[in-house]
Amino acid sequence: MSARSEPGLRAPQSRTEAAQLEPILTVEDLSVRISGLHILQGVSFTVAPTGVTVLLGRNGVGKTTTLRAIVGLTPPAGEVRGTIRMGAQSLLARPTHRLVRGGLGYVPEDRCVFAGLTVAENLRLAERRGTTPAYDKVFALFPELDRRGRQRAGSLSGGQQQMLAIGRVLLNDNRLLLVDEPTKGLAPKVVTEVAEVLERVAESVPVLLVEQNLAVVRRLARDAVVLSAGRVAWTGNAQDLLLETALTKSLLGVGAEVRA
Amino acid sequence: MSTVILLTLTGLGLAALYFLVASGLSLVFGLADVLNFAHGLFLGVGAYGTWWAAGNLPGAGPDGFGFVFAVAFGVAAGTLVAILVELVLIRPLYSRTIEQVLVTVGLSLAGVALLQATWGADARPFPRPDWTRQVTGILGAQVPNGGLLLIVAAVLVLGAILAFLRWTRYGLVIRAGVENREMVTALGIDVRKAFTLVFAIGGAAAALAGALGGVYFGTVSPGQGGSLLIFAFIVVVIGGMGSVVGSAYAAVVVGLVQQFVNYYGTSGLGDICVVGLLAVVLLLRPQGIAGKVATA
Repeated sequence: MSARSEPGLRAPQSRTEAAQLEPILTVEDLSVRISGLHILQGVSFTVAPTGVTVLLGRNGVGKTTTLRAIVGLTPPAGEVRGTIRMGAQSLLARPTHRLVRGGLGYVPEDRCVFAGLTVAENLRLAERRGTTPAYDKVFALFPELDRRGRQRAGSLSGGQQQMLAIGRVLLNDNRLLLVDEPTKGLAPKVVTEVAEVLERVAESVPVLLVEQNLAVVRRLARDAVVLSAGRVAWTGNAQDLLLETALTKSLLGVGAEVRA
Repeated sequence: MSTVILLTLTGLGLAALYFLVASGLSLVFGLADVLNFAHGLFLGVGAYGTWWAAGNLPGAGPDGFGFVFAVAFGVAAGTLVAILVELVLIRPLYSRTIEQVLVTVGLSLAGVALLQATWGADARPFPRPDWTRQVTGILGAQVPNGGLLLIVAAVLVLGAILAFLRWTRYGLVIRAGVENREMVTALGIDVRKAFTLVFAIGGAAAALAGALGGVYFGTVSPGQGGSLLIFAFIVVVIGGMGSVVGSAYAAVVVGLVQQFVNYYGTSGLGDICVVGLLAVVLLLRPQGIAGKVATA
């Protein structure tokens, strides 16, 4: 781990310490079928109320499907069963916009910024009536967004688009953030920047992160949930998982060559 | 020379009519992915609403302020029907394309039948101010005022829609929704309100097309909406689903091609040329002139 990341780095708290607190998110026996494909087959896990919980697994095991089911974005042709609770509140069958307004922030895979809109317009969309959008906080994290307000989001670099996608969500208060592969397709330097930002964000709001880059996982995650073929294959301390080369290789299909 | 000017301006009048119908269709499809075959019904309601108001509503009439009032009544009726159609029939069927097509096609047939049953199948003379029957001399061409009125109205509607999309919060939501509807909901926005709104805007524009089309043609008949709707769909596809500006360009192209070819070629050839143009656009640029972006 590079020296300049030290200030934001906390020694991962022990799992027992985190487990003493009520989980912010509880997923029980979640099954998702889309067009006849049984993508999730009884997935259960919890997300601690602080820090980063990472959702791992090979391509196509259902990580994105899990996040989308939590935020209510399973396609209309899909069928979702099981229980998803944020705190005491059941999330299933509630429309996405209500869940999001209730404090569930979602940063999707591939950023999904509105390419034809300006940066400022992308941010303005996230404003909500009755609340003051936290532009100060967002521009402090991403000064670039302030400078490029009038630029079309489609002309931003991948890294800048990712910053915009995260910034958009941080304009409002969140109880939990769902972040799907934020470093996908980004240059190594930008990956480090995104990881730094997420590290700072996670100090104030719990994050459920889908991430393939194990260096980022090692830097950010305290807890890990590993999916395999639509089921939970492993849960526990993320750092422990990364130390077990054989386990990492069998679950994730990669060597645990963690680049810092 | 005067023939060319006359053909251009009557072509633009036709284009204006197409644009008024197509702009709403395009927004509705771009945002909500609904192919609304009942859009012609809104036009019919606008036309018959205006016609009825001019004859029956106190204060409304075929001339002066009474005529403006009659048109306003027709537009309000078309808007109301559009909102009801969205809330009652379309909303439960979002993301069920086949059912939507069945419902909207059925509704357009039922709507025409209802108009026919109420006021008969024959064309009725449309109440209109005297000045709209006259012509204006422009560079030697005698251009019907009804056509000019349509052009002015279409330009105003285009300006109003663009200003709305550009400057208002709902305009922003619609532009974003045309690009990625799911992401709009993922930002905590109830995108269904925007659906109702685009139906209302589309219904109002189509109803205005019905009223002013009645002025232009001088008559109103139950089937008018349906035949205009076919060309409006062609305009939407050529212009690019979801783009109001694309619809405007495409409407001008379609209106002019139709008018010029029908005059210089054989009558009816212009309509075939427009369909040919559609085929060429679909082959060379399937996303249409402006693609899937609600440009402001």
